[in-house]
Order: sequence, then structure tokens, then C-alpha cells
Amino acid sequence: MRLQARRLVMLLIGLMASPALWAEWAFNMPKGVTDLSHSIYDLHMTIFWVTVAIGVLVFGVMFWSVIFHRKSRGAKAAEFHESTLVEILWTSIPFAILVVMAIPATKTLIEVYNADDADIDIKVTGYQWKWQYEYLGEEVSFFSNLATSRDEVNNLRPKNTNYLLEVDEPLVVPIDKKIRFLVTGADVIHSWWVPELAVKKDAIPGFINESWAKINEPGIYRGQCAELCGKDHGFMPIVVDARPQAEYEDWLQAKREEAARIRELTQKDWTMEELMVKGEQVYDKVCVACHQANGQGIPPMFPALKGAPVAVNKDMIADHIYVLLYGVKGTAMQAFKEQLSEVDMAAVITYERNAWGNNTGEMVTPKDILDFKKTGKYKGQEGKVPEGGVK
Amino acid sequence: MSDHHHGPAKGLMRWVLTTNHKDIGSMYLWFSFAMFLFGGSMAMVIRAELFQPGLQLVEPNFFNQMTTMHGLVMVFGAVMPAFVGLANWMIPMMIGAPDMALPRMNNWSFWILPFAFALMASTLFMEGGGPNFGWTFYAPLSTDYAPPSTTYFIFAVHMMGVSSIMGAINVIATILNLRAPGMTLMKMPLFVWTWLITAYLLIAVMPVLAGAVTMMLMDIHFGTSFFNAGGGGDPVLFQHVFWFFGHPEVYIMILPAFGIVSAIIPAFARKQLFGYTSMVYAVASIAFLSFIVWAHHMFTVGIPLVGEVFFMYATMLIAVPTGVKVFNWIATMFRGSLTFETPMLFSIAFVVLFTIGGFSGLMLSIAPADFQYHDTYFVVAHFHYVLVPGAIFAIFAGVYYWLPKWTGHMYDTALSKVHFWMSFIGMNLTFFPMHFVGLAGMPRRIPDYNMQFADFNMLSSIGGFMFGVTQLLFLFIVIKCVKGGEKAEAKPWEGAHGLEWMVPSPAPYHTFTTPPDVK
Amino acid sequence: MQLNPAQKTIVKAIITAVGMFAFVFVVMVPLYNVLCKVTGLNGKTDPNPYKSVPAAVDTSRTITVQFLATNNKGMHWDFKPSTHQVKIHPGEIGSLTFYVRNPSGKNMVGQAIPSVSPFEATDYLHKTECFCFTSQPLEAHEEKLMPLKIIVDQDLPKHINKLTLSYTLFDITEMNKKRTAGL
Repeated sequence: MRLQARRLVMLLIGLMASPALWAEWAFNMPKGVTDLSHSIYDLHMTIFWVTVAIGVLVFGVMFWSVIFHRKSRGAKAAEFHESTLVEILWTSIPFAILVVMAIPATKTLIEVYNADDADIDIKVTGYQWKWQYEYLGEEVSFFSNLATSRDEVNNLRPKNTNYLLEVDEPLVVPIDKKIRFLVTGADVIHSWWVPELAVKKDAIPGFINESWAKINEPGIYRGQCAELCGKDHGFMPIVVDARPQAEYEDWLQAKREEAARIRELTQKDWTMEELMVKGEQVYDKVCVACHQANGQGIPPMFPALKGAPVAVNKDMIADHIYVLLYGVKGTAMQAFKEQLSEVDMAAVITYERNAWGNNTGEMVTPKDILDFKKTGKYKGQEGKVPEGGVK
Repeated sequence: MSDHHHGPAKGLMRWVLTTNHKDIGSMYLWFSFAMFLFGGSMAMVIRAELFQPGLQLVEPNFFNQMTTMHGLVMVFGAVMPAFVGLANWMIPMMIGAPDMALPRMNNWSFWILPFAFALMASTLFMEGGGPNFGWTFYAPLSTDYAPPSTTYFIFAVHMMGVSSIMGAINVIATILNLRAPGMTLMKMPLFVWTWLITAYLLIAVMPVLAGAVTMMLMDIHFGTSFFNAGGGGDPVLFQHVFWFFGHPEVYIMILPAFGIVSAIIPAFARKQLFGYTSMVYAVASIAFLSFIVWAHHMFTVGIPLVGEVFFMYATMLIAVPTGVKVFNWIATMFRGSLTFETPMLFSIAFVVLFTIGGFSGLMLSIAPADFQYHDTYFVVAHFHYVLVPGAIFAIFAGVYYWLPKWTGHMYDTALSKVHFWMSFIGMNLTFFPMHFVGLAGMPRRIPDYNMQFADFNMLSSIGGFMFGVTQLLFLFIVIKCVKGGEKAEAKPWEGAHGLEWMVPSPAPYHTFTTPPDVK
Repeated sequence: MQLNPAQKTIVKAIITAVGMFAFVFVVMVPLYNVLCKVTGLNGKTDPNPYKSVPAAVDTSRTITVQFLATNNKGMHWDFKPSTHQVKIHPGEIGSLTFYVRNPSGKNMVGQAIPSVSPFEATDYLHKTECFCFTSQPLEAHEEKLMPLKIIVDQDLPKHINKLTLSYTLFDITEMNKKRTAGL
């Protein structure tokens, strides 16, 4: 019996020590890739071992009593029940330990708060439920959405390694540069957290918060929103792609060129077919989660588009554009003005007006969208949220 | 009037109209157990959804309602009323009083609760669903972005607040005025002491919670902007007000537990409690410190460095009086003559596991490290370690300790030990792995997670189901004990001390109508 | 009226409870606002124009002031600064404009909420003129250039060379209606 027990204990210890298992199961806080994350990791481990030491001592005494001072062993209760000296000792010793702990903690904290002399400033805005990154002074700005497909979430397809931790456009940053993050929220409070950078800062609507990181190694670092922000709080990951300076600059350049290309595309004359192809892509990316692939939505939360007046009536094209641009207050329909380009908008509207038997044959062009943004009108039609919502 | 001194009235109206502290105590305890199962079943939904990665059972929005209601029901419906129930039953008997000081208000403060919780539970069936913004209901998620049922949620919180305040006033009035001659303050059992301090905390902070929800109500309906930045308010103000209530609130849920354990450990160590005076001072210091540490819940909101440092130091300081308590309990056991009846088992588990929760609390107090822990499962592990084996195990310990006194019967000790071990294993299996997933980067309040967290979550869920099912066994044990069983003596525990053991078991409907003499 | 000791305890307890409720409204909220003002907590800036005191321009330092514009949910106005940053000496006036346009077919009222980062710099960034001091009504399709004039204080802590002034634009049309209806 005893031998078996010993064997079991050995097995357990073996398991704990097995590097393979350690690697597979993330047990502990990551060391991270910044000097600051290393200091924080060290603090974490120090305080952990301090508590372990206290625990061994305290529980040791306790289990000593539990084993040796039991009545069944004939233990007789002692009489003592007071000792001022002992009380003073076990008040002052923990206090001294705390003072010692407070020193490195305060030092690290001061470092965390020192975001001076940053090389790069990036504004991070939390939205329900995505992040927007804006590179200050670089004219580069984009949204970063969850890239995991709904099928994986709904268990229709096997989940990949980065399940729920992958985005369509990661935040690309250079290594060895001090990056200052200016964090804010545009609706509710979010929290921007990347464990490997040891950065967690609340994104509060109306206020700006700052934090910083100087990344030592190139790599891809993943994080998540850390403050409950509504329905899809668990579905707004963060991906940071840290690259050497030169590669970062190439990427910035490519980003700017892409923006220029999109502006050009807005001016191009689009055909119906082109818009339909593009529109389907956009629809599958941003609309499908709520309005569904068949356009029938999930009423009443997510109304159908198939056969919906807003998507088939000719005199409601302006409303259609309006709703897509500015959203519908008090519903799940959000504003896509910032997130979608004119081309994307024109394409998806055209798609919605012609898919699933909504065969209106109507086409909305990127120029129409641009016009609408300037004047609020589509071919003289004033856009608004249709009466009684979009149901 | 004539039968007033003989025994309880018959029928349902006995319970509706009763002003007897024992009846009201029982009702509080039964109510809290019902809420424990209700809140627990929501925890089962949460654990079932988190059993595997992917969405299987519930929509994210419903998941959020479950986490929110689980928290609210457990805090306000299960733990707090259970302690009030124990206070009702035991405080008058411990201080030699005939009843609570304000029996009619006592009746009121109980009967508000079922209505408050019925109202709160009904929000789950309202259009848009129930509260889905977490039990901490941070604005603006709980104001501008909240479901319409939030107004009812606010009223429910107001009712609970009124009930708690009335209960607390009653406890204070009883302890300060109805003690038997000779029962000086420094002779009171620690359960009475901890409750006295808890009651003061309740009076000080429940109105603050009421204030916070009132401001929410005004923001939602009357166009004020306490918490709306657009109107010149500040969402962070909400967090300050909430945690000014919230931190003392977590001590409200643990101080009476200290009292219970301080009664049980000496009884089964057959040795007087070590350092009674220092225990009293430790509780008072913890209560005081609870008012100046609230912002440690908000280290990531962007507090100026000076503030951050202040709250870090103040929070670390709490470890000192808490440590004193733990050391005193262990010194009480040291060189005692220990036996391990069920109340003692729960108490020992309390000391060990609460201390583990204290350790993770100390880790969380280190502000820079907290940036990594904050809002992860590490925090979930931490507060469940202080609340489940803390508050709830202490309540179990108290029930197993005093149940023979209440019912006059001994419960099934073998089954009660099964209940203990299953709870102990289930609880650790549920919450220990949460430390790991939290450190590895799993945020709290998410319905779905990355594969790397899968194994530990499955383990947590299995533990959770085990812990949940085990509580039905507790229900069975209590019912069996109420119905019958071996006759319990007036003092069923050899080493127990206190006035409550001077009265027969079951305790007569009226006790200490003439005050006892306290030496 | 003569109270017995128990009644005295009860009265005291009730007064405490009521007092704590009042405490939230008459102490905590104002105190928080004062604290914010004094410490720059949350980067909340002074809601009133700064009365500039004549002082020498400190040409030995150059401070970069960045400008951010954010639209809160449901606010669709075009909203952006004319320049993303200015470099000024402490004591010198920096001026720029924010372009704003109401694209909707409705008359709306907007309110810009300023916030400064780092918080420590909040008290040293003065605004002599700002569109954030009052709410901004815009008619349907109206557009406007809103001026902003700032001065960085000479006493700005030496280690700060860059600060960020962020504006979040809120739609307060509905809130105004509610407020008028509620009161």
C-alpha cells in the first residue's frame, strides 16, 4: 500500500517536472519580451516564493499540531492562551517582509509610469467589439477585428492554434523603440492587454490613458480585452506584430500605398459584377455574423435583409446607405463609417440589394457613397433611419 | 397574548408574522441556501459552457447574465443572509438576551429579501434580458448600454440594501443594549465581536451602494451625467464609489466567518482561543483598512503614481492583521488536544484555503504585478478562494457546529464528512487550476477561450459539477437532522464554551427571558 | 422625548446610514471632482478659459503637443484637428482649429470632452480658447471650424517634452432633451 502511494507521488512529481508538459500547459505568467515585463515577472516570482515560504512555515506548524496534538494520540491540551511578545513578533516580522517587498514593487511601478520620450505614439481605441489603431503623424489608421471564423466558434470546423487570438490586421510595431500607447474607448470601458508586453490599460470613453513598451524581440504577441464590455467581450483579441525597424517602415509605406490605391479605386468606374464580387467578400467579413449568410438574420435581434424594404425599395437607397454609415441607435447595428472604405460600402450595398432574390438590379457606386458623405443625399434622396427601424 | 410565552403559532402565518429571532434566523438560513442553489446552478451553466472551447450551450449575452447574476445572488442572496441568519440565531443566545432588540423590524428585514430577489430574478425574463454587466456593474456598460431591465435591478439592489441596513441596526442595538449582566464587551464571543464590526461596516457602506445605484438611475432616466463623460461626468467615478462600498463589502462577507472559526477551533482543540484581545484588534484594523484600499481594484484605470503607491502600500498592510488572525488560530491548535468532527474539518480547511486566498491577495496587492493579474482568472481564483472556503466553509462549519442546538438532533456525522471531503476536493479542483489559466492569460468573464486554456478549464468544470452536486447532500443531511436522529445533549461538543450551550437542545422557543449570570 | 439606551443606539445608527447616503452625493462626488482638478486625475482639464498671465516665453524648451479626436459611439460628425501636433515653447500661444461637420439631416448638439496625457501635465496645459467650454449645436449638414488656443505652462515638469490633448466628441442631443424633461 505504502509503496504504491510512494510510486504515485513520484509519478506526480515526474509529471510536474516534465518539460513537455510544462511547455504544453501554460502554467505561469509569461516572462514577456520587454525589460519591464521581465521586472514584473521577477516581482511576481519573488512575491510568490515569499508566500510559499510563509505557507510552508505556517502550514508546517499547523499540520504538526494536526498530526501530533490529536486527542486520539493522548495529547493533553496546554493552558497557554496569550503572549504579548509572540503577538508583537508576528505583527512586526510580516510588516518587515512587506517593507522589503514594497521597495522593488515601487521601483518597477515608477518605471511603468515613465512614458516620457517615446519614439512612436499609437492611439488605441476600444470599440464594441474591435480595436482601432492610429499611428500618430503617420496617417495610418485601421481597425483590427477578430479573424476566427464563426464556424470555428460554433464547432462546425476544427479550431486552429490561435483560435480567438487572431485578427485580420495586427498592430505592427518596430522593436527596440519606445512605443507609447494612448488608450481610449469609444463606447464602454475596455482594457487593452498584451501579457508579453506587460501592458494592461483601461480604455475609458472620454479619457485618454497612456502606457508604453519597448520590445526586445521580434515576434507575434497576442492578448485580449480585459474589461467586460458587453456581448462579444471575449471576441476582441489583440495581436502585436513586432518587426525590425526597416521591415516596420516597409510595412508603413505599404499601408500608405494601399490607402492611396483605395482612394483611386473610389474614383474608378465600377461594374455591377465587380461590385457584387467585392460586396460578397465584405458581407462575409463584417455582416454575416448578424444578418447570416442567407440574409435572413436572426429576428428580432438581427433583422433580415432578404426582402427588407430598406434593401429592395428604390426610394430607400439613401436610407440603406445612411444605416450602414451611421448605424441605428439602440440596436446592434453599428456605424461602419470609420471601418469600411467607400468601395467596400458601395459593394456591400450593391450586394445586399441583389443577393438572395433581392434582385433590384440597382447599383450604388463608391462615388455615390462619397457624395452621400458630403451632402447627406443620394441622388437628391435624403437618408435617415427608416421609420420604425429596419425590421 | 396568553400563549405568547409558550411556543410558536401554528401554520404558515407563524412564519409570515414571526418576530422570534430563532424563526427569523431559520428563515434567513433556508432562504440563503435556496439562493446558494440558485446562484450555484448559474455557476453550473457557466462551467458547462466553459467545459470546452467553442460555444456549445448559451449565447455570449446570456453567459454574461449568468456571470452577473451568479455574483449578485451569491454575494447578496447566499453569503450575507446566511450570516444574518446565524447572527439571528446565535447572537441573542451568546450574549444572554431574550431576543433581538427590534423583533418587528427583524421580520421586515427578512421579508424584504424574497421580494428583492424575485424582482431581480424576474429581469432574466424581461425583454433584453437581465443584468449582463458583471456584478460590479461598471458604467457606462450598466447605464447607457444596459438592457431596459436595469431599472428593476436597481430597485432590487435598493431593497437588499434596506434589508441589510435594518438587519445591521438590529444587530448593533442588540449587542450594545441586551447583553446579560457581566457580559462585558471584552468577554463577548468573537462571533459577536466580528458581527458588531460587520454591522458597522454594513451601515457605513450599504448606503454608498444605494447612492451609486441611485446615481445610475438618475443617469438613465433623468439626464444627469454622474458617470457619463459626455455630460461632464466620469465613468471612473462609478468605480471609486462602487469599490468604496465594495471593498468593505468583501470584509462583510468574511469577518463573521472569522468569528465562527474562532468559536470552533478552540472547542475542538480543547484549548482557549489564543490571543483573544489581539483577535479583536485585528478585526477592527481590518475593518478600518477596508476603507482606504478600494482603488486596488482599479490599478489599471490610470490612477496617478502617488495614488497607486498609496493604495498598494495600504493593501499590503492588510496582510498584517490577517496574518495575526491566522497565527492565532494555529497557536490555538498548537499543543491542544485535537479531534476532527465535521465543524473542525471545515474550520481547518478554512484556515488553510483562506490563507492561500490571502497569499494570492498579497500578490495582487503588488501594483505592477497586478497589471498582469487584473481581470484574469487569477483574480477569479483569488476571490473564490477567500469566499468559498472562506465564507461558505465557515457557514457550513457553523451550521454543523450549532445544528444539534437548533434541532435537538445529532446529524449524520459520516455523511457530513463525505460532504466535507467532496466539497473540499471539488472546490480545490474547481478553483486551483484557475490560478494557472489566469497567469497564462485568460481574461475573466469570457464565454469562450483559446485552446491552451482547455485542459485546466475542463478540470475546473469537473470540480465545479462535483462541488455543486455535493451541496444537495448537505440539503439532505440538514433535512434528515431536522426530521429526527440521535438526541443531542445541551452541550454536544466536549470542548465547547459559551452561553448557547447552557440552554437545552433543541433550544426552547424563548431563551434567556431572565438573563443568565455571566462570571 | 426621553429615549432609552436601545432607542438611542438605533437613532444613531439610522443617522449614520442616512448620513452615508448623503455623503455619496454631497462629499464623494464633489471631492472627486476637486481631486481630479488638483491632481489632474484622469486628465480632466479646467472647464473654464485660462486667464493668461503675461510671462516670458521659455525658448530653451520645445514642447510637442499632440491632438487627438475621437467620436464616441452614435456621434457621426466629421471631427478632426487641422494639424496632428504643434511644437511650442512654454509660455507661447499655440493655435489651431478643429473641423467639425454634422452629416445627418437633423439638428444636433455635440460636446467635446478634453483629456490630457500624461495626467501629470494636465495642470500645465492651459486653454485660453476652446470649443470644449460649451456644447456645440450644429444644424443639419452644417460644418464649422472651431478654434483652440493653448499655452504650455513654464512650470511644466522638466521630464515632460511631449503631451497629448485628446478630445472625445459626444452626442448630447438626447441627454439635453431628457434633462429638460426630467427637471
